Amino acid sequence: MSIFVDENTRVVYQGLTGSAGRYYGLLNRDYGTQVVAGTHPRKAGSDVDGIPIFATVGEATEATGADTSCIFVPAPGVPGAVLEAAEGGVRFIVVITEGVPMHDEARTFAHLQRHHPEVRLLGPNCPGVISPGHCNIGITAGHIAKPGGPVGIVSRSGTLTYQALHELKEKGIGCTTCVGIGGDPVPGTNFIDCLAAFEEDPDTEAVMLIGEIGGSAEEEAAEFIAEHLSKPVVAYIAGMTAPPGKKMGHAGAIVSGGRGTAAAKVEALGAAGVRVGSNPTQAGELMAEVVAGL
Amino acid sequence: MDLLEHQGKEFFAAYGLPTSPGEVALAADEAVAAAERIGYPVVIKAQVHVGGRGKAGGIKLGTDAGEVRRHAEAILGLDIRGHVVRRLWIEQAADIAEEYYAGFTLDRSARRHLGMLSAQGGVDIEEVAATAPEAIARIHIDPTEGLTSEACRQWVAEAELNPAVTDQAVELLDLLYRAYVDGDADLVEVNPLIVTGEGRLHVLDAKVTLDGNAQFRHPNYAAYDETVERDEREQEAHARGLQYVGLDGTVGVIANGAGLAMATVDIVDEAGGTPANFLDIGGGANADVMSAALEVVDGDPSVRSIFINIFGGITKGEEVARGIIEALGRVDIASPIILRLDGTNAAEGTEMLRPHLSEGLRLAPDMVEAARMAVTAAEAREGRP
Repeated sequence: MSIFVDENTRVVYQGLTGSAGRYYGLLNRDYGTQVVAGTHPRKAGSDVDGIPIFATVGEATEATGADTSCIFVPAPGVPGAVLEAAEGGVRFIVVITEGVPMHDEARTFAHLQRHHPEVRLLGPNCPGVISPGHCNIGITAGHIAKPGGPVGIVSRSGTLTYQALHELKEKGIGCTTCVGIGGDPVPGTNFIDCLAAFEEDPDTEAVMLIGEIGGSAEEEAAEFIAEHLSKPVVAYIAGMTAPPGKKMGHAGAIVSGGRGTAAAKVEALGAAGVRVGSNPTQAGELMAEVVAGL
Repeated sequence: MDLLEHQGKEFFAAYGLPTSPGEVALAADEAVAAAERIGYPVVIKAQVHVGGRGKAGGIKLGTDAGEVRRHAEAILGLDIRGHVVRRLWIEQAADIAEEYYAGFTLDRSARRHLGMLSAQGGVDIEEVAATAPEAIARIHIDPTEGLTSEACRQWVAEAELNPAVTDQAVELLDLLYRAYVDGDADLVEVNPLIVTGEGRLHVLDAKVTLDGNAQFRHPNYAAYDETVERDEREQEAHARGLQYVGLDGTVGVIANGAGLAMATVDIVDEAGGTPANFLDIGGGANADVMSAALEVVDGDPSVRSIFINIFGGITKGEEVARGIIEALGRVDIASPIILRLDGTNAAEGTEMLRPHLSEGLRLAPDMVEAARMAVTAAEAREGRP
């Protein structure tokens, strides 16, 4: 089992005809993902390596039964693409594109909540989601993940997600689902959404949470863990030594006015019973101990 | 992207908010000339990207040419919490009867906009939030609905402003919200928002952070970027398109991905060393990016060793190895490099690198060991040129 996606997930790629969309779309198909369609307003009727292109997501879902969309279009087109996907009938939308303005993210998220509450958005600016062995949507290198379980991963950082998958695989530990929620200001899916889903998933027996400085998402996750999670959680927080006022790479990662520090996040998680590694390797070791004790 | 006060006021004025007439001055002569045009009294204000200017002596009243010159000379070159003043804003002095605070930003937890309004303005709002949180009236705004006038009126009432300015406040907050949304700002703050002696609401200071991601629909943003203060290293890295943040240690850091770069900085610190920088080279690791990164990091005179931390996902180990070998062929790097290469085809990449290994380029088996090696290498070279 897994969360959000499985081997039956049928995916339409918005932006499949572009260079990144094509590259990752085909890699995802090679991994075993059911890549059933692509869209482009003026290239309907053509195909990308045998994958049919439709004018709109609505036409694609109708013809192929796609239930999920993966978006690779350039940032200015993302709000329109998300609305098209929601109106086109998919239940899950993964936005890989980075550089989407904050106000576009806020408006799009609010619009979905109001008009399409049944649709889940993941991203923007995220690596996607992988259920190892079943389905890989996005830009994660599938082979670094070991299929199976019992660990579910949720992460705000791209490369640290890969690092976590790798650390676990090295130790012979499998992963049910790995969700990269991205580090943008308005993530469509947040830590709590993933923690709740992992709690419900019978095959996930422990959760690895990877956070970073900025905002208070980790503190809120800690509160949720303390109240609602019966499964053990191991965490790592990047940015212990980040100086205040300096943005470390992307929009979310900044310590400002004494808020958003790694120390505060580590403390909150620790108080919620989460074991926190001081570096990614140590977090992997802690998870190995947890798994051994399951 | 943080704006200077005068840029923020220009930004606000474009959305119809009431600001004072003023001019930028880069020298005392220019300040006096500006004051003569504006008319006395004027306020001479340091333009730096940092708060607490008043306390640091960066804001003064000038009632005549001599006073303006004296203050301008004193403020130019002043160091305000690490920011040296090179630019002044000369503005018509305002008659202040009351001081309020107004601001909009995103509440990340609620995933909605947050408006904050207080009758206790003119002081650090974070201090007010800490000592008297009830003095700040808050409103959550659904971005699809916007700030409705009914909700705004209710909000103004909760803030207990002078009832005489209620209508003006509703109108001004609507304009401020438009500036925030239509201007693609991450943050807009007016502190103080004043009531003048004549009972008019007026913008006396401006703090604006624009969203760099929205530059595609605001071509005028490019001009603001030019005044962003960066140290020499950050300037160089910025010009080369690298995600670089200068720190003050001796171990240079290069990693692929922001999270991994942060983790690398942390692990250097954990190993007892001091990181010299944060540098994210992104997904790929080709020779162009790698040589630019190496040059920027090695160009920092404090750097004694360089820790390259690469995790290959889609980018294969061979490509990373090729990038590094080619980069080292192009640029001459003084500091010893410790490389940790893991992930996809790390073994193949390592094989390719083997003939190129030396005292100047060593491989580490993992991240923790790499940090130790980099810290030891830096210590061994302490005090050398």
